[in-house]
Amino acid sequence: MRYLAAKTAAEAAGALAAEKGLTRILAGGTDVLVQLRSGMVEPDLIVDIKKIPGIRGIVAESGGFRIGAAVSGAEIGEHAALCAAWPGVAEGVQLIGSTQVQGRCTMVGNLCNASPAGDAVPSLVAANAVARIAGPDGERDCPVADIPAGPGKTTLKKGEIITSIFLPARPDRASDAYLRFIPRTEMDIAVASAGVSLELNADGTVKAARIVLGAVAPTVVVADDAGKALVGTNLDDGALAAMAKACEAVCNPIDDKRGTIEYRTKMAGTLAKRAALIAYARAGGSK
Amino acid sequence: MSLDEYTRREFKQVGTRVRRPDGVDKVTGRAMYGADATAPGMLTGRILRCPHAHARIKSIDVSAALALKGVKAVITGDDFAVPEDDFIRDVQENCMARGKALYDGHAVAAVAATDAAAAKAALKAIKIDYEVLPHVTDVDEAMKPGAPVVQAGRVQENVPKGYSENVTAHFEFGHGDMEAGFAKADKIIERSFKTAATHQGYIEPHACLASVTSDGKADLWCCTQGQFYVRTLCSSIMGMEASQLRVTASEIGGGFGGKTTVFIEPVALMLSKKAGRPVKIVMSRDEVFRATGPTVSSSSDVKIGMTKDGRITAGEATLRYQGGAFPCGTTEFGCSAAFAAYDLEAVRTYGWSVLTNRPKEAAYRAPGAPMAVYAVESVVDELCLELGLDPLETRLKNAARKGTKSSYGPTFPDIGLVATLEAAKAHPHYKAPLKPGQGRGLSCGFWFNFGGNTCVSLNVNTDGTVGITEGNPDIGGSRASISLMAAEELGIPYERIRTIVADTSSLGYNDVTDGSRVTFAVGLATIKAARDAIKKMSARAAKIWGIDPEAVEWKDGAAVPAGPNAGKFPPMSLAEIAAVSAETGGPIAGHYEVNADGAGVSFGVHLCDVEVDRETGATKVLRYTVFQDAGKAVHPDYVEGQMQGGAVQGIGWALNEEYIYGPDGRLQNPTFLDYRVPVASDLPMIETVILEIPNPGHPYGVRGVGETGIVPPLAALSNAVSHATGVRMTELPMSPPRVLKAIGGT
Repeated sequence: MRYLAAKTAAEAAGALAAEKGLTRILAGGTDVLVQLRSGMVEPDLIVDIKKIPGIRGIVAESGGFRIGAAVSGAEIGEHAALCAAWPGVAEGVQLIGSTQVQGRCTMVGNLCNASPAGDAVPSLVAANAVARIAGPDGERDCPVADIPAGPGKTTLKKGEIITSIFLPARPDRASDAYLRFIPRTEMDIAVASAGVSLELNADGTVKAARIVLGAVAPTVVVADDAGKALVGTNLDDGALAAMAKACEAVCNPIDDKRGTIEYRTKMAGTLAKRAALIAYARAGGSK
Repeated sequence: MSLDEYTRREFKQVGTRVRRPDGVDKVTGRAMYGADATAPGMLTGRILRCPHAHARIKSIDVSAALALKGVKAVITGDDFAVPEDDFIRDVQENCMARGKALYDGHAVAAVAATDAAAAKAALKAIKIDYEVLPHVTDVDEAMKPGAPVVQAGRVQENVPKGYSENVTAHFEFGHGDMEAGFAKADKIIERSFKTAATHQGYIEPHACLASVTSDGKADLWCCTQGQFYVRTLCSSIMGMEASQLRVTASEIGGGFGGKTTVFIEPVALMLSKKAGRPVKIVMSRDEVFRATGPTVSSSSDVKIGMTKDGRITAGEATLRYQGGAFPCGTTEFGCSAAFAAYDLEAVRTYGWSVLTNRPKEAAYRAPGAPMAVYAVESVVDELCLELGLDPLETRLKNAARKGTKSSYGPTFPDIGLVATLEAAKAHPHYKAPLKPGQGRGLSCGFWFNFGGNTCVSLNVNTDGTVGITEGNPDIGGSRASISLMAAEELGIPYERIRTIVADTSSLGYNDVTDGSRVTFAVGLATIKAARDAIKKMSARAAKIWGIDPEAVEWKDGAAVPAGPNAGKFPPMSLAEIAAVSAETGGPIAGHYEVNADGAGVSFGVHLCDVEVDRETGATKVLRYTVFQDAGKAVHPDYVEGQMQGGAVQGIGWALNEEYIYGPDGRLQNPTFLDYRVPVASDLPMIETVILEIPNPGHPYGVRGVGETGIVPPLAALSNAVSHATGVRMTELPMSPPRVLKAIGGT
C-alpha cells in the first residue's frame, strides 16, 4: 500500500488515474481508516487530498459559498454565515458520526461514500448544490444530485476527485431543514431521512419547494411531486398530507436489520412533513 | 443458611463514599486490560470461524496455511482430546468445533503467526469443505418435531415425548392447587410473550496471552470474571494438573456474566503448546457478538388469576428458553424467579431448555430472571388495569415477606420487598402528573444472590498498613468495598489498605465473580480475616505486656487491656504492634476460608415514565427511579452505579437491543452500530433509592446488589409503553417499527 499526499488537485487526479490497483481518497478518513482497520479494503494507493491549497476553506462566491472538500463537519458548524443561509445543510453534515468524528469528517466524503443513508446528501441535493470535480481531463462542475449512482457507487470517473461543493445564493424568505430517524438519539445511521428546501412568497405561501429523501432507495430521491404539493400553500394539513403521500410514492426501500419497507416508507413522509414545518418557520413563514 | 452473622453496629467508614482505588489508572489509560499483556517472542493468534449457521465439516486442509512465512502453528478441533465430562466437552467444543459447526461464528481452526498480517493470510489459506445443513434459530420452531436437530442425544429423561430432540430439559416448580386457585379468581388473564437474545455488551473484548513451556507448565493472562474457574476449565481441556497452570486476571472492562467462561483461552494455550511460543488472542467486536455468550431468547405463556380486590389467586408460567447450540441451565433460574415477588397459595412454573443454531448462551446479570419476570409483571399490570386497581397497592397486597413460602421452594427470612414497595409509594415520582401520550410503568424484580467458595489473606505490614489478597476480579468496585470493610473492622483508615486481586497460585479456590457474591462473600471473609489478624495482634500485645491474651481487646484500631483487672497499659495501635512484630513472633497475617452461605435475596422496584411518538413509534424514557434493598450499602456510589447500570442495560433490552438473524441463520448485526445499546443521550438520570434491610447472613448485613437491577426494567418499560399507547406490548425489544405497527401506525 502506497500513500501519496498530493500537493495539487492535478497531482491527485493524475496519480489516481495512473494507478491500476485499488485506490482510496483520504480526506477526513472517518470511513477509509475504519475500512482499513477492519480489513474491509486493502488499497494499493491512498491519496491524501488535505494538503491541496484551498481544499480546507469556506469562501463566499456569487452570493453563495464554496466549501472545500476537506472542510470538517465541525468547521461547517462554526461558520455562522453558512449556517444562517443553509441551516439544513449544516445540520445534515453535523449529524455524521460523533463529536470526535465531526472534527475530521467531510461532506464530500459522506457524498462519495455513496451510502443512501448519508446524512449530508439529502440537504445538498435539496439545495441544488454543485460539485466541482478535478480529473485527468481538467475541471468540471456537476450537480450533487448526479453524483450518487447506488450503494457504494458514484458517477465519478477514474481519476476524478471532488475538490469543492458550491451552495448557491439564498433569496429572502428561504430556508431549509434536515431530519433523520434513528432508534437512538445519536451514534446511529438513518433509517429514513428528509431534506427540505423552501422559498416563500411575500404572503407566506410556498414559492418553491425541493424535497429529497434518504435511505429509502439505492440513492437519495428527489420527490418532485411532494415539492409541488406544497407550492402555493402555507403548509396546511391538507398540503402536508398530500406531500407525505407523494413522498411515500417515490420510496423504494429495502427490508433489513435497520427497518422494514413499510416502516421506512411511512417515516419518509413523516420526516418530510416535520422537516418542511421547520424549514417553513426558518424561512419566516407563520401559520 | 447461616442467619446469625449479623450484629447491629454504628459504622465509622462503611457507608462512606471514599475514593476508588482504580480510578486514576483507568482514566489515564494506565490500567492493564486483557489486550495489554505482552511476552518476549509472542505470536499473534487468530481464529477462523464458520460462515454457516449449521454445517458438517467434511475436511480441513491446513497445509497451505502452514507453509506460509511467519506461520508457527495451526490447530483444529482434532488437536484437542475429547473430554469425558459432558459439560467440559461442551465448553471445549464451543471454543472449537469438532465435526460439525453449530452456529454462524463457531470457531473451526486457529493460527499463530509472527504478526497479524501473516495470521490473516494463514486464515485465508485454510481450506474447509463444508456440507451446509438445515438450521433453526427460533425457540418455538426448534421445539417442533421435525426441526433441524442441532445436537442429538442430549435429551434429559424427564422431557416428555413429542418434541424435537432440541428440547433437552424440562423443569417444574411451585405449590398449591392450581384449579382451586383459578376458580377463586374474578379475572384471569393469559398472554404470550417473546424476548430477543441480548448481549452483555461489555466494552472490552475478550483477550488473553498464553505461554506453555516444553516442561509442561503454563501461564495464562486473561480478561475474566474468575481466574480459578478459567484454570479449572483450561486444565481439564488441556489435560493439565491445576498446579501447573497459573491464571492471572487482568483489569476487566465489563463482564456482566459474559466473562464467566472461556472462549479463546484453550485455543491460545493449544496454539502456544504447538508453537512453543507465547500466543496472544484478542477478539474483534464481530467475534464477540457472534461467538461469545449472549443471553437466551425466550417465548413464554403466563396465566394469572386475581380477585376484584387485587388478591392473586393463582399464577402459572411456561417459559421456553433457547440457549444456543448447547444445553443450557438458565431456564431453571427463570422458572425460580418468575413469581418470587409474590406470596401465592397456588403457583407453577414450567421451563423448557431448547437447542438452536446460535452461540452458547453465557450468564448475563440475573440470568434467566428478566424475561420471566417481564412476562409475569406484564400480566399483573394488565390485571390491575382491567380491575381498576393501583399497581403498587396490588403488589403490596401480594408481596412476599418474611415467612412466605417462595414460589421456588424455600421460605423467606427477612427480605426487603415490602419496604422497597413502600419507598416507591412514598416517592414523589409515583404521584408526579403525566401528560397525554405519556405512560408510567412499574415492576418488581428479584435475584437469589450467591455466596460460594472464598479465600482471603490479610497481611499486616510493618509500617502499619495492610495488604489484602483476594481472588475475585473487581467488576463492580469490590476492591474499594473490601478495603472499607477491613478498615472498619481493623479500625484504621481506608487509605492505609490496598486490596489486590491475586493469581490462582496465591490463594485457595475462589468462585467466579458472579451471583452478586463478592461484596457479600469476600467481604465476609475479609471481616473474618481481619478478626483473625486482630486476635494475633492482641496476642502480641499481651506478650509485650506480659498478660493473658484473653485479657486484651481491640478498640479503635488498637489493643487495649480488657477492663481494670487486666492491668494498666496504654493502647497499642496496629502500627505499633506491626513495627515490633519481628521481635514478637514474626509477620502478622489473618486468613479466612469459607464456602459462604446466607447470601440473602435482593428485591427491587422500578418506576419509569415514557413518552411514545405516535408517528415514529419511538419511545423516550422521561424519568426512571430504582428502589432496591442493599442490606448495607458499603460504598453507596458503587451500589447506585450497580442499580443504574442494571436499569440501563434493561432499558436497552426493552427498547432496542436484539440479536437479528437472517433467513440464512447468520447474525445480521454483529456491531455496536446495529446492536443498539443505549447511549448517554438516550437516557434520563437514573434516580436511585437504596433501602437497607440487613441480611442476617453477613456480619454487616450486606446483600449482593449487582443483578437485581436488570430484572424489573423489561416489564417497567413494557407497562409504561402499553399505558402510553393504550396497546398491550408483548414482544421485546419495543423497537420503533414494532411499536408503530402495534399501534396501527403502519
